[in-house]
This record gives sequence, C-alpha cells and structure tokens, in this order.
Amino acid sequence: MVSDRDGRQAVIVGGNRTPFVKAGTTFAEASTQDLLTAALDGLVARFGLAGRTVDEVAAGAVLKHSRDFNLTREAVLGSALSPHTPAVDLQQACGTGLETVVYVANKIRLGQADTAIAGGVDSASDAPIVVTERLRRALLAARRARTPVQRAMAFVGLGPADLAPVPPAVAEARTGLSMGESQALTTTRWAITREAQDELALASHRNLAAAWDRGFFDDLVTPYLGVTRDGTLRPDTSAERLAALAPVFGRGPGATMTAGNSTPLTDGAALVLVAERSRAAELGWPALARVVDAQVAASDYVTGREDLLLAPVRALPVLLERTGLTLGDFDLVEVHEAFAATVLATLEGWRREGLGDLDRARLNVNGSSLAAGHPFAATGARIVASLAKMLAERGTGSLGLVSICAAGGQGVVAILEGM
Amino acid sequence: MAGRSFLERIYATSVGHGLARRAGLADPPVLLRGRVRPAGPIGLGTVTGGVLAERTLDVLGLVGTGPLRDEPDQQTRDADGRVRPPAYHARLGALVIDATGVRTIADLEPVRATLRPAMRGMEKSGRVIVVADDASAVEGLEARAVAQALDGIVRTVGKELRGGSTANLVTCGAGVGPEDLASTLSFLLDGRSAFVDGQVIRVRPRKAGDSPDDAYDPARPLSGRVVAVTGAARGIGAAIAHTMSRDGATVICVDVPQAGESLARVANTVGGSALQLDITVPDAGRRIAAHVVGRHGIDTRLWAIVHNAGITRDRLLANLDESRWSQVLRVNLAAQIAINAVLLDPAIPGGLAEPGRIVGIASTSGVAGNRGQANYAASKAGVMGLVRAMSEQLRDRPVTANAVAPGFIETDMTAAIPFVQREVFRRSNSLSQGGRPVDVAETIAWLCDPASGGIDGQVVRVCGQNLVGA
Repeated sequence: MVSDRDGRQAVIVGGNRTPFVKAGTTFAEASTQDLLTAALDGLVARFGLAGRTVDEVAAGAVLKHSRDFNLTREAVLGSALSPHTPAVDLQQACGTGLETVVYVANKIRLGQADTAIAGGVDSASDAPIVVTERLRRALLAARRARTPVQRAMAFVGLGPADLAPVPPAVAEARTGLSMGESQALTTTRWAITREAQDELALASHRNLAAAWDRGFFDDLVTPYLGVTRDGTLRPDTSAERLAALAPVFGRGPGATMTAGNSTPLTDGAALVLVAERSRAAELGWPALARVVDAQVAASDYVTGREDLLLAPVRALPVLLERTGLTLGDFDLVEVHEAFAATVLATLEGWRREGLGDLDRARLNVNGSSLAAGHPFAATGARIVASLAKMLAERGTGSLGLVSICAAGGQGVVAILEGM
Repeated sequence: MAGRSFLERIYATSVGHGLARRAGLADPPVLLRGRVRPAGPIGLGTVTGGVLAERTLDVLGLVGTGPLRDEPDQQTRDADGRVRPPAYHARLGALVIDATGVRTIADLEPVRATLRPAMRGMEKSGRVIVVADDASAVEGLEARAVAQALDGIVRTVGKELRGGSTANLVTCGAGVGPEDLASTLSFLLDGRSAFVDGQVIRVRPRKAGDSPDDAYDPARPLSGRVVAVTGAARGIGAAIAHTMSRDGATVICVDVPQAGESLARVANTVGGSALQLDITVPDAGRRIAAHVVGRHGIDTRLWAIVHNAGITRDRLLANLDESRWSQVLRVNLAAQIAINAVLLDPAIPGGLAEPGRIVGIASTSGVAGNRGQANYAASKAGVMGLVRAMSEQLRDRPVTANAVAPGFIETDMTAAIPFVQREVFRRSNSLSQGGRPVDVAETIAWLCDPASGGIDGQVVRVCGQNLVGA
C-alpha cells in the first residue's frame, strides 16, 4: 500500500454535480465549460468557498474543443472561486474523473496541496464537429500559400464529399468499432445473457430512483437550467418494458444489447472536494472517506485477445495484492455501468482471476450509469462523491471499491475507506 | 416583463402614467434606505422631563436639538390674520419625543405642541419617534388610557406625514435603560426602517446574558456570527441573506433542493454556503445543525435562525382541500416548530447559541385574514402566536423570538397578483407604495442585532402602515 507522507491522508469532503441529461436535450445549448462552471459553483456554494482559494482544481472532458485547452482553469475563472486557484486539465477517457481524484489525492498525500477539487464534465451535445482530413490539409496548405494562385491550387482535387462536416463518433481509433460494437464482442464472448443485462439495468433504475426519493442527492446535486433530477432515470421502468426493446448493438439472434441496458450519450459535470485530513478538520469540514489506493491497467484489445472494457479485471488483482484486501472485504462496490454487460463481464473476469464472487447486494446500491447516464469524464466524480457519502453513513472503517472502464482498453480501480 | 396586462402596459407608458397622475395616482415618494441617517438635525423634545431618549441618543453618539413648540408665545399670524404655529427654518431629519412619564390627559398637550410644527417641517424620509412608558409599566386608569392615547396619536402622524416620512411609537417596560433601547432607536432613525411605519414597538430590559460582547461593532453587528435563513433562494429570503451578510454575518442559505441553482447563486454572492433541504423532513433541524458544524467546526453555534421559507396555496375555503391546507401549515408553521426544538437543544452541536435569535415571518394576512388564504392566514397568525409563546418559554434563556409581518412587498409572489388589485394593495398604506424585500430584511437584521435583546416576543409589521388589520 502507498504510504502517506508524514501521515497525511486525502479525504473526500463532499461533492457536487449537475443532474445528468440525455445529450441533445435540456443542456443542448450549454457548453462543456458552462456545465463544469455550474458544477463548480454548486460545490463552492455547498462548502462556502466563494472568494476562497483552493490549492488546485483538476478536471477534464473526453469530448473537447481545441478552444477548451484550458477548460478547467477557464471554469475556475468563471466561478465564484478566487482567481488565485490554479487548475489542470487531465484526460483518460471515461477514467478521467477517477484519475483526477487519484491525482489530487496523491498531491495531498505528498504535501503538494491541502485542498483540491477533482472531477470532470462531458457534453455530447457540445461535441466538436471537424472537417474532413483532406479539407483540413487543404485549409492548412492554403494558409501557407503566398500567392492567390497557390491558395486556389490548395483546394484542387477536393470533391463534394470532402466538404461535409465530420460528426463525432465514439469509436476506437485502432479497431474502428464503436464502444457498443466493441462491447457486443465481449458480451458474446463472455456469454452474457439478455435477462442478466436487463435485470442489472432494472436494479440501476430502481436503486437510483429510491435514492432520489429519500433525498440522498440533496447534498450531492445542484439543479441546472431548471433540471432537478437525472433526465435518463426511468423510475417506472419494468422487466417487461426492458425486455421489449430491440437490440441496438451486435448482430443476429445473439444480439442482446439494447438502449435499455446501455448508457445513452449524456451531458453533465461532477466534482468532489478533497482535502488533507487534518486541514479538513481545521476548516471544520466533514471527512466522509479516505482515498486509500488506486490502480490503473490496460488491456490488449487491438489484437482481439482481450476485451476493450475489461481492463479493471487486470487492475483489481494488482490493487488487492498491494493492499492485502480481498473482494469480500468491501462493504460497497461501484462498478461503472458503461453497459450492463460490461459490469457482468467484469464480475465474471474477477471471479476467473480468483477474486471470488461479489455479493450483488453490495453492488451499485444507489444506482449507476445505466440509470443516471454517463457524461464520460463526469462519471468518476459522481461515483466517488456518492460512495464517500454512503461509506460515511456506514461508519468508520467501511470499505468501498470503485471500478471504471475506459476507452483505449484502460481501466481504473480505487479504494475508499469510510471515516 | 412578460405577462403584463393591457392596463398595466398602458400605465407604464408616459401618457398613461400622466393620466394616472392627473387622476390622483401621484408618484410615490422615494424612500431613504440602508444604514443612512436623515440629513437634517434631530429634534429632541421631552414632555415631563424624561431623559431616556436623550441618553439613548447619547449611546448612539447623537445629540438632539430643542424642537419648536406650538405654544401661544411662539405662534404668529399670517396675512389673513390666522394663527400659525412656529415654523422650522431648516427641515428636521427626525423628531424624537420622550413621552416617558406621561400620565395624564393634560400631559398629551405638549406632545401635540411638539408635533404640530414638525408636521410640515420634516425632510423627505424624516422620522418621528415617540418614546413612552408601556401601559404595563404605569398604574392608574388615566395613565393606562393615556398610554394607549399615544398609540392613536402616532398612528395618525404616520398617516398625515408625507414625503416618505414615518412615525413609530416605542413603548418601554419597567427598568428599560438606554442600552436596551439603542439598537431600536438607531434602526428607526435609519433608512433601514423605511417601510416600518405607524407601528408600536415594545422594549423590555434585556435578559441576563443577552448583551453584546466587547467586539460588538454597531456598523457590522453580526460580524463573526453564523446565521441560517430558510427560503433564501429568492425574494425576501435572498434579501435577508444579502442584508445579514452586509452586517457581517456568514449566512447559511437554506432552500428546497429544487431551488438549488438560484440558492447557490445567492450563497456565492453573499460569501455564505448553500444547504439544499426540504424543511419539512423530520431531520431538518439536525441537518441544519450538522451543516453548521460541517462548515464552521464542531464548536460553532448558530447565532440566529430566520424562518423565512413559506408557500401559498390560495383557494377560497369553499374550494380548499386537505392537501393545500396541510402543505401550507407544514411548511409555514410546523417545520419551524420542529426545527426550533432541535436548535434549542444545548446538547446538539451546531444548535442555537446563547445569546441567540429566532425570527419568524408572519404576514398582514395573518393579522387581518385574507380572502382565499385561510390556510396561509392560519399559518402566519400561528407564527405570531408561536413567537409570543416561545418568548415566554425562553424567559430564562438569552434567546429572543420575534416575527415580522410584511405587508405588500414587491416579489415574484406579489407580481402574480392581477395588476389593478396589486396597485390597490400597493397604495393602501401611508407610503403609497409596495415595500421592497430589503425592507423586510433590514427589520429582521435589526431583530437579530446582538444589541436587540430588548425586543422579544413581538411581531413587527413591515407594511408602510397598511390599512389591512391595522
């Protein structure tokens, strides 16, 4: 286990996020920066940080305009925080949010920061639209041109098809497969049934709806643009309704992945406030949970030997080995629901790695991405904030595990301990 | 503004406005607001030689000048031979009459004589303040009757004064000293009391342990103190947060989770914190207390709780179902009873400090009843009963419980009232206009002042001397 320098511990103080909504709906006009700023201002308000300096804000987005090269710092400047608050952009696809927590926690433990904010944002509505590669090269050549003739020559050879904008796609660069298509391969390979996927999706909606109804998110979510609850949540969904949906990924009779057991493209932002334990006490802040340790791993998915979204299967054994913990030690386990089948394959992978069977009563007890939605870089902070609160309710020493799969065949796992 | 009626749009044009003016709807006076004193001198008159008002002004660092008196040797005759009272050359900023010791009907004549020259001698937003003995502190039939007579005089002065000037009566219980009275006199002299008119404010000696500490700064009386305001996301609640922040307080802004976006904006603007909380949940009091210690440390206690959150679900009784009935009573009354019980428990970290302050929001609807508001009037009259009962219950603890009763205040809630009805409400008071949320907020901030321990168990109307229920 990573030892803390001079006994320094990084604790989760609390969190804030916007409600998550399906892309192209209520937040369609909000930019990525707007969303991140809103989440930041909500966190600032919750903890009375207006005008105060936080040692560092780390956040990121997966879908990002080139103009947003300093996204997080710009969000800080647009927020109520002191302009003396520095910020950094980090990015590891869907692992972004959790990696920012690991980053600031490590800085805090090393003594490089006492207070920090970590998280992420994504807006599939505000995705950059680019021109074709041939047009892009032509435009760059035209800019280098010295004469009108040279400038005109740069565009020679372009056809009508080259002038169409290229919309964003969540596709892997090396396989050309979309996330859903990649997962469909995994789903088939691991023989994950439609019923098991729908069952997991239903539990996600029911658990999230119950959490909203009992006020669990009162101090975790700040409404945005009039939206007060997660837009993708279907409190009234049922096994029958989910079973009636047609498959959208995979082919033929074996296709089992539907819009009901896959996450939709989502807009939203989430952040957590992290502090050194004794500094939090000095400031009068609560310490919900301690960041114990984390591990990232990557899979060999390009060759097809391994699965795109199952890198957590490689990461967790390393983390458990280092911390001396077993899967059974965790009171609560949060496995990001990119697709229901991803979660089920991950659990099966852990079992095959000899980590044992996970008690499903401990899994995603307040719902996860299938119900809440999945704004890529925001998911990590959503999970960490909720898990930290759940662990604090359970009491000192309770253990929580977070597992997040990411594009590029990567995966991050982390351990929190209730304070 | 969207949703304006045809009539309202015409009224907003210069032609329509001119017509309205000729029809008698004069532009209302612009009121002096904020921590600003009247510009002119303060006339200080006494009736029977009482010195309480003089000493109180002294505490505030103010000196009164002798006012004119309408006595035969001071009177003059005009060109038509009519007797005229003496006239002020420079307009008075305020007139303070010390009527302590007034016991007989004959004692009232000097009050008249002092008031008469001032009625046309006040500057705009001038102040008339009469300080008298409370009826409970005097004995004898005539003395008790005369104490009440002052009430009638001051209320009439309020109605006759023009230019945004106000008149208020401060009655003092037995044993009241200048220190008990100072914050109240200061408030009534200031622009802070712009919309408090024609009211009687009762001052009692402060309870043991309810005095400001050495660090007390009258200009920022709430410095270093944490206060909580419910319903803080907008309107009057947001104004309370702003005003208390100006007075130095760190404000915990509470509102329902659904209002979180504007709540965060208010909290960040005032440098406070936001607590998204439905005040009707069973653990609301504990969650407020937990927020206090979770933001300000385990040893911090709440200086004041302002129960501003309120809802209306208007229906004539003939159409009023049990759901609309209970919702209003739960939010406007039951919630604060439950929250107070928790915050007053000394064993709960983050509860109310001692000394400390509790303020509720009543309404002129609670005073007078209002068509279509049986539920609301019940809840708001209930708040008045509650603070009176609490002040009795807290007899031995240095915590005061008071309420303010706003009249017509310009908010989103009153903007929904149809235009003509709204304009009538606006003008049916001595200042011929609606109040602003800040007027209510200033009154609450005064009640929460560490030096306001002498005000307890009272309901102070912020209504511009509205005719309703007066």
